[in-house]
Amino acid sequence: MANKRTGKMNYDNPTSQGNFDDPNHAISKKLQALYSSVQDEGIPDRFLDLLEKLDAAEAEQARVRNEADDDE
Amino acid sequence: MTMNKSADAPQFKREMLSILPNLRAFAVSLCGNPDRADDLVQNSILKAWVAKESFEPGTNMKAWLFTILRNEFYSQMRKAGREVADSDGYYTNNLATAPAQYGSLDLQDFRQALDKLPEDQREALLLVGASGFSYEEAAEVCKCQIGTVKSRVSRARSRLQELLEVDGEGEYGTDKESAATVLRSFAR
Repeated sequence: MANKRTGKMNYDNPTSQGNFDDPNHAISKKLQALYSSVQDEGIPDRFLDLLEKLDAAEAEQARVRNEADDDE
Repeated sequence: MTMNKSADAPQFKREMLSILPNLRAFAVSLCGNPDRADDLVQNSILKAWVAKESFEPGTNMKAWLFTILRNEFYSQMRKAGREVADSDGYYTNNLATAPAQYGSLDLQDFRQALDKLPEDQREALLLVGASGFSYEEAAEVCKCQIGTVKSRVSRARSRLQELLEVDGEGEYGTDKESAATVLRSFAR
């Protein structure tokens, strides 16, 4: 919670500001539950495939560039 | 030179992969549409990949990626205009139906309430309350003052509180209009 006197917040763990007797607590929990339900799905294949393709394209580019360097 | 860059590449990718589930959860929660969210994530991955030379290893990649996604989100919204923007909840308010479960605060009700918040409040609440950012980092991602983030988070919380309480009263009045009418008649 904010320290009224210094105006400083607890930056380390802002989510902890919902105390159990705090009406915001239910909201924090719902928010985190909703968020985790997506986060726990992990990484869809389309993104893994995409990163693999990007990697491969880059490796290919580097190979071509190196060959060109060697030729000089 | 080429050697140095390629040595950093697996590390860049590994770090990015470790952040992706969080980034995707942010995207889905921010825009409310899972398909559109995944397009956002995909575009952000591409943007980040293209810009990766500009990322300094050892700095906050999470904040960097979230900033890219956020920029992508707002630029798409600008392109799409009102259809997607809906910043004052016109569509969501009008589409909202009476809650199916009496007074229960299930995730679907919460999702609907979250969608009714203005984007700036929703993103601040998500960054600080779910993505694990400090107020300071959230301010960096949103390019605003720390105080602005704090007030957005606090407004978001009160608004959600309001919305969810109104929904909880669904047993007595099936919509907010009638609830408001009832309240007004009491106020006289």
